[in-house]
Amino acid sequence: MAIAKKSVIWTLFAAGGTLTAFVFPALIALFLLIAMGNVPDGLQFEQFHTFAASWLGKVCLFGVLFLSLWHAAHRLRVVAHDFGIRKDALVANVVYTVAAIGSVLAAFYLIGIG
Amino acid sequence: MSRRPYNRPMSKTTWYMRNSRYKVYVMRELTSFLVAFYSFLTIFALAALAADSAEVWNGFLASQKSTAMVVFHGLALLYFLFYQTFPWFKLAPKAMPIYLGEKKLPDSYIIIGHYVAWVVVSAIIFWLTGVI
Amino acid sequence: MGTRQIELEILRYDPEKDEEPYFQSYSVPCLEDWVILDAINYVKDNLDTTLAYRWSCHMMVCGSCGMMVNGEPSLTCKTFIRNLPDKVRIEPLENFPIERDLVVVLDDVMQKLHQVQPYIIRKDDPPEGKEHIQSRGALAKFKQLTMCINCMCCYAACPQYGLDKSFIGPAALALAHRYNRDSRDQGKSDRLDILADHDGVWECSFVGACSEVCPKDVDPAAAIQQMKIDGAMEFWKQKLGMPGDKS
Repeated sequence: MAIAKKSVIWTLFAAGGTLTAFVFPALIALFLLIAMGNVPDGLQFEQFHTFAASWLGKVCLFGVLFLSLWHAAHRLRVVAHDFGIRKDALVANVVYTVAAIGSVLAAFYLIGIG
Repeated sequence: MSRRPYNRPMSKTTWYMRNSRYKVYVMRELTSFLVAFYSFLTIFALAALAADSAEVWNGFLASQKSTAMVVFHGLALLYFLFYQTFPWFKLAPKAMPIYLGEKKLPDSYIIIGHYVAWVVVSAIIFWLTGVI
Repeated sequence: MGTRQIELEILRYDPEKDEEPYFQSYSVPCLEDWVILDAINYVKDNLDTTLAYRWSCHMMVCGSCGMMVNGEPSLTCKTFIRNLPDKVRIEPLENFPIERDLVVVLDDVMQKLHQVQPYIIRKDDPPEGKEHIQSRGALAKFKQLTMCINCMCCYAACPQYGLDKSFIGPAALALAHRYNRDSRDQGKSDRLDILADHDGVWECSFVGACSEVCPKDVDPAAAIQQMKIDGAMEFWKQKLGMPGDKS
């Protein structure tokens, strides 16, 4: 049913958008620090591994990744439409599949930590 | 008198070049590439972490160190702030109008609230990761 | 008051004579306080009686005189000459088929306005012998949405409507929201069937151009985002078996 699918997709998109707006600047800043060679203490192996091994850490990291992936997927579908790519069903399948793969990978690696 | 309505063609691929409003919208939507990129970069990091070895993790950290990436992350940060985070905050009041009796809560309250929350969230993340 | 010579470049099209529309230039002596509509009226009265266009109230309440002024969807009775350069391009509203000159075919939008059931829908009977009591606070929630004059500038601005005409569009959605937010109405679930469907609210990607060009500050973009949230919440409430909206 169109209403059901669209509501679910849009809820993920909106939640993901809100989350990324708040969290991603800090995330990008962390990658920036790593690229500069100034790895903060919390991202050194001991501390970060402990965090990611914890139940709370896994849930937080998965939550952020899951919502971000689906947000990006849906938005890229709209971008494709805006750029004149008419095969919406094909685009939708591609982007959502990639988001699904990313989610599965995230879960797989997180479970494997610690 | 015969009717023959004329349909003006609109380019489906370049319509956004017509005015600055559309161009800004497209720039905003293209930040989704950054969201996808950093999501997968984080998954890549988790893959390294899942080896449960300090050596592998440090190897990952070392691989990320480069001036090219510093420039990339710096530009990405600015692009993301000005075309995703700040516009998102500016549009938030539209989606959540709050009425106190007859008066609507001014948009600025909601926008400032978002900025405050953002600073707090970022501070928490930086504190947890030992940046501050 | 001094006059300023403005050159109007107007898109002409006669379905019985022309293959394609073409621009025609007119030089108009404009008074300082004129609006573009005054200049167009001057053309019709003094330079070219064959020019066809819609207008009526000349005071931003009828919604007839919407046109593209230098590429911007505008109400020509509200667009002042003093804010425009010496050369002004006038075209019929974007995204609509041209009937003749500056007159567009509005059938599509008229049908869409009907589709959203723009009237109070009651499930219960109204109180006997009395009118519905509505507080000022309840009125404030949707009053802005009642200001729409159906000028269709929002459809001219909306790129999603431009890309796909099946999209229900800003004015129709704002109108639906006006009724959904009216405390006297109980028809929200009836309307949601249309709105939450394929060509309804979800086609909107929040470009926001509609609200920027709206001459009456209806803010259809805001209305649509609120309806997305309403629609999604309604869906989740049903899913979780919680009591949904009574209406």
